[in-house]
Amino acid sequence: MAYQDVTNESKPVRYLLIAATFGVLALFLFLPLAAVFIEALRKGWEIFFASLRDEAALSAVKLTLLAAAVSVPLNTLFGVAAAWLVTKFRFKGRAFLMSLIDLPFAVSPVIAGLVWVLLFSSHGWFGDFLQRHDIKIIFALPGIIIATVFITFPFVARELIPLMESQGADQEEAAVTLGASGWSIFWRVTLPNIKWGLLYGVLLCNARAMGEFGAVSVVSGHIRGETNTLPLHIEVLYNEYQFSAAFACATLLALLAILTLGIKSLIEHFSGQSSHGH
Amino acid sequence: MSISIHSISKTFGSYKALEDVSLEVPNGSLTALLGPSGSGKTTLLRIVAGLEFADDGPGKILFHGENVVDVPAGKRHVGFVFQHYALFKHMTVAENIAFGLSVLPRRERPNAEEITHRVHELLGLVKLDGLDKRRPHELSGGQRQRVALARALAIKPKVLLLDEPFGALDAQVRKDLRRWLRSFHDEIGLTTLFVTHDQEEALELADQVVVMRNARIEQVGSPQEIFDRPRTPFVYEFLGNVNKLQQPSGKVQYIRPHEIEVKFAAEFDPREDRLAVVQHLFSAGPIAALSVRLDDGQFLEVEISRKQLDELALSEGDQLALHFAADLVP
Repeated sequence: MAYQDVTNESKPVRYLLIAATFGVLALFLFLPLAAVFIEALRKGWEIFFASLRDEAALSAVKLTLLAAAVSVPLNTLFGVAAAWLVTKFRFKGRAFLMSLIDLPFAVSPVIAGLVWVLLFSSHGWFGDFLQRHDIKIIFALPGIIIATVFITFPFVARELIPLMESQGADQEEAAVTLGASGWSIFWRVTLPNIKWGLLYGVLLCNARAMGEFGAVSVVSGHIRGETNTLPLHIEVLYNEYQFSAAFACATLLALLAILTLGIKSLIEHFSGQSSHGH
Repeated sequence: MSISIHSISKTFGSYKALEDVSLEVPNGSLTALLGPSGSGKTTLLRIVAGLEFADDGPGKILFHGENVVDVPAGKRHVGFVFQHYALFKHMTVAENIAFGLSVLPRRERPNAEEITHRVHELLGLVKLDGLDKRRPHELSGGQRQRVALARALAIKPKVLLLDEPFGALDAQVRKDLRRWLRSFHDEIGLTTLFVTHDQEEALELADQVVVMRNARIEQVGSPQEIFDRPRTPFVYEFLGNVNKLQQPSGKVQYIRPHEIEVKFAAEFDPREDRLAVVQHLFSAGPIAALSVRLDDGQFLEVEISRKQLDELALSEGDQLALHFAADLVP
């Protein structure tokens, strides 16, 4: 061989590694995905579409979209603010704050749901107050949104903190000396520099917001047509042995995953292009 | 506009970055803050710019007599060029330069036409005509530097501050840009303060050199003064090659290699000369360097011209006479 890279393994080893990787991917990712679609269509397209048009399914889709539509913008705002705070300033308790941001990743979703039940249910700490003012949080939309916000909080911040850390404050400082206000520094300097990372964080946040099961399951109360999100609706259908309907709805979540991956690669493509040569 | 710095101190936690520093930067001068890393020079520059705040106390910073300690950085009208330029990566060269004008409040902001005109004027000033549509990553280091300079000048600053302006450039570009900056400064006459750790750069470029060490100013003077009459051993050693000679009394003498006169051993005058033996000869280049051993066993570096080396026809092992007046530094 005329030329061989010293860090490259020999050919058989390379092929073996590639085959093993694809084998695992096929077994654990592709096969289940295929199974979802096959099961969903087992009884034909008619049943498939009927299960999607079912009133409870539609209401679940609506609720899921609503929860995501509220929690994703909120967490985008929180995430940018938190990342800005943590990376641009040095203060006491900064390290603690950073681990606090990670808390939702560390806590089991079931616990995250139970905490809200403990606080806001009719027997909870604020139960009396809420009941007196006729405010319903647990087993209602606000609870679902609170649980979703809590679970998806770290995604945007986690994506931005390393990015902003590596960029430093040089460009912002330059903008300061040039007379820019904090507001225009954010819009004209900071945001353009983090936009791809931000978009990526928002995307992951959205995927999780729509797919979250554990915490939402605890606070939702599973009221059909009212407090069932799409993942909860699928579980209910499955438990009722309506396999085709369950899998038909599951295809929606599977499509969401595929769409997320597609946009993710697009973002990586574009962000790679824009940072080329830096 | 002159800058007066009065007893400025700065601590980061328990680390003292500046201790009671005072300095006058005359109007229109080009002043170098020279020192090793950690000497506090960049901190001082950043405090002048308003990017860092001095400790509470009697400290004052006056721009032309006016205290600016409480004036925010954006209102000080300071042009600041960062060590790594800090260009806005996502903007073109023209947008970078126009930034300071485009963020002005609406009633002070020039219209688009005026801004374009000003940008082209500045591009011409820094000799970058025609590069207005490029992006920073398409430029060389030296070009980026000049874009950063043009961007800083766009706001018509009262003073110009440069943090290690040549630190990130390679040797040849550095030399060219250094000369260019000197003539550029003479042309626009803006009071300029720059930070460097390179004594050659400071001596060649500046009207006034401020040598800093351990959060304090060690000496201030013209390059000539600093080089010829260093006031402390640190300045002596920091400003280029120097020989240290131990006297029998225990005191240390400092002599620069080029200040030693070399003669034939036959011309030795016991009253004021020393005898020495050539140990090594380095004669590549216009200046020859000799490493010699004195009669008392101490070593000295001596620099003489090639011409004199040829006249003396020295080779290793030869004896010669040295004449020098050594400085005693307190």
